[in-house]
Amino acid sequence: MSWLLVAPLMLPFATAIAAYLAKGRAAGRWISIAGSALLLVAATLLLVEVNAQGVVAGQMGGWGAPFGITLVADRLSAVMVLITAIIALAVSVYALADIDTRLEQLGYHAIFNVLIAGVIGAFVTGDLFNLYVWFEVMLIASFGLLVLGGSPEQIDGGVKYVALNLIATVLFLAGVGLLYGATGTLNMADLSRAVEGVDPGLLSVIAMMFLLAFGMKAAVFPLFFWLPAAYHTPAFSVSAVFAGLLTKVGVYALIRCFTLIFDHDIGYTHQILLWVAGLTMITGVLGAAAQSDIRKILSFHIVSQIGYMVMGLALMTPLALVGTVFYLVHHIVVKANLFLIAGAVQRLAGSTELSRIGGLYKSAPLLALLFIIPAFSLAGFPPLSGFWAKFLLVKAAIGVEGWVIAGVALVVGLLTIYSMTKIWAAAFWSPHPEGRDTSLSQLSASDRRGLLLPIAGLAVITMVIGMAPDPFARFAEAAAADLLDPAAYVSAVLGEEQ
Amino acid sequence: MNSLILSVATRYLTGLLLVFSIYLLLRGHNEPGGGFIGGLTGATGFILQAMANGTDRAREALRLPPEVLAMLGLGAALLAGLMSALTGDAFLTGQWLFLGAEDGGKGLPLSSVLVFDIGVYLVVFGAVLTLVFEMEEHI
Repeated sequence: MSWLLVAPLMLPFATAIAAYLAKGRAAGRWISIAGSALLLVAATLLLVEVNAQGVVAGQMGGWGAPFGITLVADRLSAVMVLITAIIALAVSVYALADIDTRLEQLGYHAIFNVLIAGVIGAFVTGDLFNLYVWFEVMLIASFGLLVLGGSPEQIDGGVKYVALNLIATVLFLAGVGLLYGATGTLNMADLSRAVEGVDPGLLSVIAMMFLLAFGMKAAVFPLFFWLPAAYHTPAFSVSAVFAGLLTKVGVYALIRCFTLIFDHDIGYTHQILLWVAGLTMITGVLGAAAQSDIRKILSFHIVSQIGYMVMGLALMTPLALVGTVFYLVHHIVVKANLFLIAGAVQRLAGSTELSRIGGLYKSAPLLALLFIIPAFSLAGFPPLSGFWAKFLLVKAAIGVEGWVIAGVALVVGLLTIYSMTKIWAAAFWSPHPEGRDTSLSQLSASDRRGLLLPIAGLAVITMVIGMAPDPFARFAEAAAADLLDPAAYVSAVLGEEQ
Repeated sequence: MNSLILSVATRYLTGLLLVFSIYLLLRGHNEPGGGFIGGLTGATGFILQAMANGTDRAREALRLPPEVLAMLGLGAALLAGLMSALTGDAFLTGQWLFLGAEDGGKGLPLSSVLVFDIGVYLVVFGAVLTLVFEMEEHI
């Protein structure tokens, strides 16, 4: 079984090596696409296995838990791996048209695949120290991608990004050290039992260190400011994969730790999470309203959307966790897609600054249609995927009489519509201020394919989740049940019969 | 740096450092040492070359670009991990071959663990040299 877990982790590494050795040649691109396609197959196999058999765990090197390194996938991990593979494939196709030969020469495809490996590693690891290692792999690769090309804004954004993320990593490592000192183990399944003997006060302190560290990675209030400073600078492929995946790794780590390990004093820790969630939603959406560059608007919306996911975790009811899992999946697809569309807008209209573009509705109606789907899904319009995600979360909040947080979630949804209509009005409806030709025919056929295929593919996924939410919600329900009752996870890792 | 003493000393030191780095690599299996520290020591040899005679000479002496060496190292480590698939063990399980083993003796033990360590050696060696050469050339 363990090879099913290893494959999604090793494929991106192998792809990175092959793509690097072929860098600067056209083969590099196709290796990256082929690697991502294989990854998608491996991720699908893993998901099918997990869905049929329950939690899959493997001990690397044959060293048994809790001493060796455990890879483990429950439904949440498996679906995150699958969605990562989908985004990786979409972005590596998009890169055909977006990444120029200079960036390829610098090894773009290799670093991109190392980043994907880091993300997947974080999703499938069952060990806190190993999670730290994957965070480092991600950080190094993402810093490389952020500054690739080396323009001054990129270096500026990159330094802010890496400095804050390093602080988060150090906090995480300190928390890991304290936890090890208190329990003598770092295997997450083993920890879930071992923390019962720890003084609850000390455990809450450690929990807060983890909250700070993962919160910084997830860009929650008040630790989000590195994100809008960095995400609008690199190539569009890079910012799409960052926007889709990186903060969500932080959210995933929060979910994993605060359901498996730190559930000793939910009244205290999850109350703090609830405050964080509400404030994150509000500041994010207000920050977006003040921006006038598409990518900056979207960056602030990442922050506000992270609030929704944390809200589900904070409420910690079965329905709320269903909402969180559903939201994660929906959000990754939609957000990555919006950044890809921003790239297409830049190519057609020459900028992403709202005051300098326009006319796309008339000249590129296809792109306008493709924008509407993820944009309205982000805002939560029925029948798109975002509606169901928000519906589940608000229903869960009302179910526990959390009127305030439910109200915040609804108002933030409304304000999201404001930002999306702002982009819509400026980029699509109003005429182009310089009267530039913005039709799709100015691109070569292969560029058109490269840009629009991934956008259309992700839009279709959004539509499918929206039109037929039932199987997805049922899956999220099973994933949430796994999270709330970690017994199966623990016994699968520690190798006990149930 | 234009120093006669350094450039003459480097001629001897580079070789010594490289031999020592391989000693560390091999020693690492059961005693302190290993791929990481071996790679660092080996890189020091070429860093000395770069400082004494310039990065062009050091790159020439290395033959392959350092970042390619690092990638090859990553590949070696990956292959070492995958070797355990042949025997159906978990990923990264050490595979051993005892050449010429007779009763009581172990013969010459060869293992996938060593391949993994060589991979680590090359990754560290290549990555450090990539950084240092870039800095020497651009800063």
